[in-house]
Amino acid sequence: MDVFAQLADGFVVALTWQNLGLALIGCLLGTMIGALPGLGPTNGVAILIPLAFTLGLSATPALILLTSVYYGAMYGGRISSILLNIPGDEPALMTTLDGYPMTKKGQAGEALALSGIASFVGAFFATWGLVFLAPQLVKIALLFGPAEYFALFTLAFATLGGIASKNQSKAAIAAAIGIAIAMIGVDHQTGVPRLTFGQIHLYEGISFLVAIVGLFAISEVLLFLEHAKGKAPEAAGTKLGRITVPLPMLKQTSGTMARSTVVGFLAGVLPGAGASLGSFIAYTIEKRISDKDGTFGKGDPRGVAAPEAGNNAAAGGALVPMLALGVPGSGTTAVLLAMLMALNITPGPLLFTQHPDVVWGLIAALFIGNIMLLLLNVPMVGLFVRVLQVPSKYLMPAVAMISFVGIYGISGSTFDLLMMIIFGVVGYVLRKLEVPMVPVILGILLGNEMEKSLRRALTISDGDVSILWGSPLAVTIWALAIFGFIAPILFGRFLKPRPQKDPSVSP
Amino acid sequence: MSDRILGGACLLLAALYIFFATQIQVGFMSDPMGPKAFPILIGVVLAIAGIYPLMRPDPEPEWPALGRLLEIVFAVAVMVGYTYALPEIGFTVSTAVAAGLLSWRLGATPIKAGIAGIVIAVTIFVLFRVVLKLSLALGPWGF
Repeated sequence: MDVFAQLADGFVVALTWQNLGLALIGCLLGTMIGALPGLGPTNGVAILIPLAFTLGLSATPALILLTSVYYGAMYGGRISSILLNIPGDEPALMTTLDGYPMTKKGQAGEALALSGIASFVGAFFATWGLVFLAPQLVKIALLFGPAEYFALFTLAFATLGGIASKNQSKAAIAAAIGIAIAMIGVDHQTGVPRLTFGQIHLYEGISFLVAIVGLFAISEVLLFLEHAKGKAPEAAGTKLGRITVPLPMLKQTSGTMARSTVVGFLAGVLPGAGASLGSFIAYTIEKRISDKDGTFGKGDPRGVAAPEAGNNAAAGGALVPMLALGVPGSGTTAVLLAMLMALNITPGPLLFTQHPDVVWGLIAALFIGNIMLLLLNVPMVGLFVRVLQVPSKYLMPAVAMISFVGIYGISGSTFDLLMMIIFGVVGYVLRKLEVPMVPVILGILLGNEMEKSLRRALTISDGDVSILWGSPLAVTIWALAIFGFIAPILFGRFLKPRPQKDPSVSP
Repeated sequence: MSDRILGGACLLLAALYIFFATQIQVGFMSDPMGPKAFPILIGVVLAIAGIYPLMRPDPEPEWPALGRLLEIVFAVAVMVGYTYALPEIGFTVSTAVAAGLLSWRLGATPIKAGIAGIVIAVTIFVLFRVVLKLSLALGPWGF
């Protein structure tokens, strides 16, 4: 089959010493980022993008590094969930429910090993899903004209608030702010400056890298200051015992892993869901199916396997729309999209035909990274447990300084650094008000593309707006967009994870 | 109340945005839609979206107490000062000071915070400048 030939080519790209090394570094860094409470996949990748960019890595190695971090963070989030009852990142929230009780029963080692294996199963099969599904989606996407693309962008914004979004008007506000920021700068089609107020710094527009690092990393530091006295998480000295999984436990959970992988992958592919929802739905469904004796929530291994397989599968699934359509389905993939755009590569159907080496090299690297992650995360988990003991009072200043280094490295401009701080403050306020951040980022990233496709469509039709819903494909996308926007209002509250409040977890 | 302010701010912002969008100069060569229409459209979306929190605000978020808020203001001031200090006194010294101050405000004792600042600055310098050859602000002493 064609797919296998391309995948083989991908392995040729990925199996260089440099790329293997980057994948290993990415996996290590990612697991640490995931494990540290307060640093999740999105802000972890956000901090690293400017660095990867200034290091002058070309597209494939840069992507390999960052997606390894992305996959690694999905693995790492579980460690503090299980040992400390503090999710290392948002998708790992559900893992606390049964993971921590297992630790209390003295099964911490088993829980860590089992969740590592579940993560591997989820991510591995989701990567296969990516291999087969993405090219199919590309075939559909090649039929898209500017009108369909405009509808698709609208769909992305309508659903990005997420199925579990609390307040759709806030998601809309976020998207509008993002797109509004994107408009700043010289108009690409007519060459007139827009909304620059005569500031030469603004002629090229506001760099999305500056916005991303400010909104995610700097605002995180400010959030931490609220709670002061950044202590190291306690009880990190829990006895781990043997970090292996007894075979009966593996047998007991194999069905769980299979189901959760499928559910998680689908949740990842759908726009607006992402890994957090993947783990939530996987856990909920598994509880419905398997919880006959009421053992869920009391340290049932299946309750550890389900969310971990689910969130790692969703992480793979979320790459499908990002690579095939250029429209990300989750926060972290939005940040990865920013990476590609910084390297002047536009994801979407043309990526598969014009840069097959990038796509297939990346996919091959994901397979390799997964195996590395399994090897790192099961026998060497003790190392990452030690990382957890870095108190946030030392960690957060380091995060802030690395953010500055990354942005300074790109432009060396004081103006950009000040913009980053402003974005940090804005991000802090928006987070407090529960305005989602991801639509803001996506707006800054895709605002210009969205406008371009609208204007192209109207140029084709010479100003007749009916071209926007002139094809069945466009009508379908519009219908999905409207449904996606209204659905959370109708039944969002059934799909909302409702965990116990924990101040050390970022919202 | 916070949500009402958010909604009001969105309306105000949208009005300003639409006003400035109408001021965009259009050359004589333009596509049917031109450079003005889309920003105006976005302004309208922002205004409509802003009405909802104005009318039906969510429960009030937990704002930090005044003291904590001052901490945040202080941290922002440190970062702004850091930005201006970078080209003047170079990366290592300004980073050590800024990281130390942040670490102190996050709860480290002054001595430990100072050590943390120096360790962070030197580590980043060695890692990014010496090993990875990134361009950092060098200042008058070259570090």
